[in-house]
Amino acid sequence: MKEKEIIDKSLKRKHKLESKEVKVFYDDFMAIKGIDMKIRANKITAFIGPSGCGKSTFLRLFNRMNDYVEGFRMEGEILIDGENIYKKKVNVEQLRKQVGMVFQKPNPFPKSIYENVAYGLKIQGIKDKAYLKDKVEDSLKQVGLWNEVKEDINKSALALSGGQQQRLCIARALAVEPSIILMDEPTSALDPISTAKIEELIYELKEKYTIVIVTHNMQQAGRISDYTAFFYMGELIEYDKSKKLFTNPEKQQTENYITGRFG
Amino acid sequence: MNNIKKNRIFDQLFKFWGIACTFLGLVLLIIFIGSIFIDGIQRIDWDFITNLPSRKAERAGIYTALMGSVWILLLTTIIALPIGIAAAIYLEEYAKESKLASLLEVNISNLAGVPSIIYGLLGLEVFVRILQMGASVLAGSFTLALLILPIVIVSTREALKAVPKSIRDASFAMGASKWQTISKQLLPASFGGILTGIILALSRAVGETAPLIVIGALAYVPFAPASPMDEFSVLPIQIFNWISRPQHGFEVNAAAAIIILLLITFIMNSIAVYFRNRWQKRLK
Repeated sequence: MKEKEIIDKSLKRKHKLESKEVKVFYDDFMAIKGIDMKIRANKITAFIGPSGCGKSTFLRLFNRMNDYVEGFRMEGEILIDGENIYKKKVNVEQLRKQVGMVFQKPNPFPKSIYENVAYGLKIQGIKDKAYLKDKVEDSLKQVGLWNEVKEDINKSALALSGGQQQRLCIARALAVEPSIILMDEPTSALDPISTAKIEELIYELKEKYTIVIVTHNMQQAGRISDYTAFFYMGELIEYDKSKKLFTNPEKQQTENYITGRFG
Repeated sequence: MNNIKKNRIFDQLFKFWGIACTFLGLVLLIIFIGSIFIDGIQRIDWDFITNLPSRKAERAGIYTALMGSVWILLLTTIIALPIGIAAAIYLEEYAKESKLASLLEVNISNLAGVPSIIYGLLGLEVFVRILQMGASVLAGSFTLALLILPIVIVSTREALKAVPKSIRDASFAMGASKWQTISKQLLPASFGGILTGIILALSRAVGETAPLIVIGALAYVPFAPASPMDEFSVLPIQIFNWISRPQHGFEVNAAAAIIILLLITFIMNSIAVYFRNRWQKRLK
């Protein structure tokens, strides 16, 4: 019953992600200037702010994708369910199975649709064909792609449209059953109709997942997110319920940005 | 005269200059291949390919040299492939920005420019004498493998570099380790490019003469090699040998052997192009 206890405990915890005094440097340049933030479980949190404000860098801290960037250095702590993920003994591969990511440009592997979705499971060493097939079907159904592609499951993923590719990438992330999904401007390369579909999907996903989304589109942040954080020059300026932040922001800078006066 | 007119004339002039340059090389090649064909084609029959060497031009065949070339090609591939690809993966994916890597990089580019006869001398000292392989197929293959390693490494690196960064990101973000990303994404995605580079490198190896002469490949070998430790000859050496004979019959033989050698390189290059196109299509 230990498992159940752990699950209960994590359900009771209100905050899924937490950053403590986080500073990020690229060589001498300070990209994040000390951010304290708590992100709620099973909610959608949007990061907004002008280009270069550090929101993408901050997002990528949660699955340690910045580790590959040259000159990257970090101070402070990032906690997931209370565990510091930058501790030495943390298994980064294991972490990334728990924290899925969707990128700005759809980036399916140059393989079949099936292989794309099954990839995360296969690299964990799962070989059971029937299980993989079920899981692939499940994941594709979750993103509403199954009916569109069930005949072409073995065809190249690159033949899909941009919007379908992005949904495939979300299905790929869901297949390994993460609890957190990070999205880095997932709709900025898509047309309005595909964007609407993805937004709808994200909204549905929040029941099961904690979602953090970086977006340049303020309407989008307002439409789908529960909480919004406004970043500027590597600092967290304001962080509140989206409704509050977009209608009645506390800070002048936030208001200037969301009303389009700069940025 | 206004500028638009001037530009247009320059455009036209450059176009014709370009066409002339393109055709110059092509025409010379066609003349060369044509004259070889006229000289040699009547000599090519099954006997010519399966006969052992002989003092009589009309009875001499290329069997031993052809088999020597095949042996050399196979062994060179087996030696150069894993080493070259592994080195390229290390340089491209692991060592990327270190000082050691840039030092290695400069040296590899330099090695690609070293004259092949120098490789022959290296092979003679290291493989033939120190490692006591003798003037064997194995020594020749190691020497040629060294010769084409820089080409294999450079072309493999280019192929790996051509894989978009987004694929790496996606794989890492799914929780793949570095080796899983390399073996399951990068290598399959760059396979076409790697293969093309290898085949082009091998088609260079099959035409190499100088380094093999230096390590002691013989112009006259009575039998085809049966093991990697046997003596051997290869097609270019056979051609070189025949051309240097006074009798006209051997000249014809040389022309015929050249046709065979060209055919082999041509087929190899076609295979390279075929695979490249197939892979490009698969990626789309």
